[in-house]
Amino acid sequence: MKSIETADQAKQDTSYYQALTELLYQLADDDFIISFRGSEWLGLAPHIEEDVAFSSITQNTMGHAFLYYQLLEELGEGEVDVLAHERPPEQRRNASYFEKRNGEGSYMGEPRYDWALTVVRQFLYETMKKVKLEAAVKSSYQPLANTAQKVLMEQPYHLAHWKMWMQQLQASTEEAKTKIYSRLEEAWSEGQDILELGPQAQELEHHQLIAGEDYLRNQWLKEVQATIKTPPASPLGKKFGSGRSGEHTPDLEQALQTLAEVYDSDRNAVW
Amino acid sequence: MNDEQKHQKVHAILKTVDDPELPSVSVADLGMVHEVVVDQNKVSITMVPTFAGCPALDFIEKNVKHAVENMNWVEGCQVDFSFQEKWSTDAITDEGKEQLKKHGVSPPPENYRPGEEWSVDCPYCGSSFTSMDNVFGPTACRSILYCGSCKNPFEAMKPVVDYSVV
Repeated sequence: MKSIETADQAKQDTSYYQALTELLYQLADDDFIISFRGSEWLGLAPHIEEDVAFSSITQNTMGHAFLYYQLLEELGEGEVDVLAHERPPEQRRNASYFEKRNGEGSYMGEPRYDWALTVVRQFLYETMKKVKLEAAVKSSYQPLANTAQKVLMEQPYHLAHWKMWMQQLQASTEEAKTKIYSRLEEAWSEGQDILELGPQAQELEHHQLIAGEDYLRNQWLKEVQATIKTPPASPLGKKFGSGRSGEHTPDLEQALQTLAEVYDSDRNAVW
Repeated sequence: MNDEQKHQKVHAILKTVDDPELPSVSVADLGMVHEVVVDQNKVSITMVPTFAGCPALDFIEKNVKHAVENMNWVEGCQVDFSFQEKWSTDAITDEGKEQLKKHGVSPPPENYRPGEEWSVDCPYCGSSFTSMDNVFGPTACRSILYCGSCKNPFEAMKPVVDYSVV
């Protein structure tokens, strides 16, 4: 397998460069938006220990997004802060399911967030992340392989945490089971794009940047099914289109506006 | 002063730069220093971050740079963080482990293997009658535990090991 060691080398081949940046945007934007939705639970999690745990996971995950944006900066895509704050929704490559609001209401007003949605989403996301990281450590782009290895050493704690919630809620009351199951069915109908690699999926595989979509999906299903007793029988769908192609919902706009509020108030501020 | 002596001076200085979130524990004893290169009067240091998303990295970079440049023979110091090398809790020195305990933080278990349950002794009384309250703590690299013997809550460094599939 050819190994690309530096950003300069990656830039030599246009096709390689495009596929590589596409993948990095997907990885960065997924971690970025899931961290934002996670951070909205601060002070609202079911109990104080969970508040500590979820904020720690969220902070660490935002750090992972930062690492990918940094790789993009090295490749000449722009500064990290600009990549994170200024890109409009249509340029974002996160899966649309990840941008979904945590529930009704708003953080500053009366947040009526849904813990079942969060547990299901975090569990599905962390499982996907593990599968992708295990594939990315073998990437032909060495800086990505190094970063994936670093993240892979920290992420098992995150996955274990959400697996525990899934297991305990599934073994809990009828109400808990019903809520979890209905959010799972919703995820099945909306979340197919979390497993997609977008319009350049074939180039990604061709350049050996990451494993192919079929492999990733099968691995993911296998791991998810080890924890979910009765996965939905319906096929995976993507009700809101594919975020990998820049298709997004108004929920993403809300997230980006909130997240960039301070940044937009003075873009030249030095922190 | 020859290169060898300069190297020693830099390493000695790095032993005095503490982690901003773990006062009294130096970045050298945490195993964060990967490489020191001395070229005449210029120093470049490659460091390995502990956890990604550690908000202390910018401070660490600044503090290391400042400490090294404070030596009168140094004209400039460049600090870089690298992911080529993997940090793991095994990189913490014995001195680092002692200092962690003084700070009320237990060092991570040795020879830990991923997936295994882990236990640590209380940094205050040494008892092994401890329980984990929360694997996640005030920083990404720490967990919250409770000592059943002396009834103190305490923290422990999370074990991070070289988990790899390649």
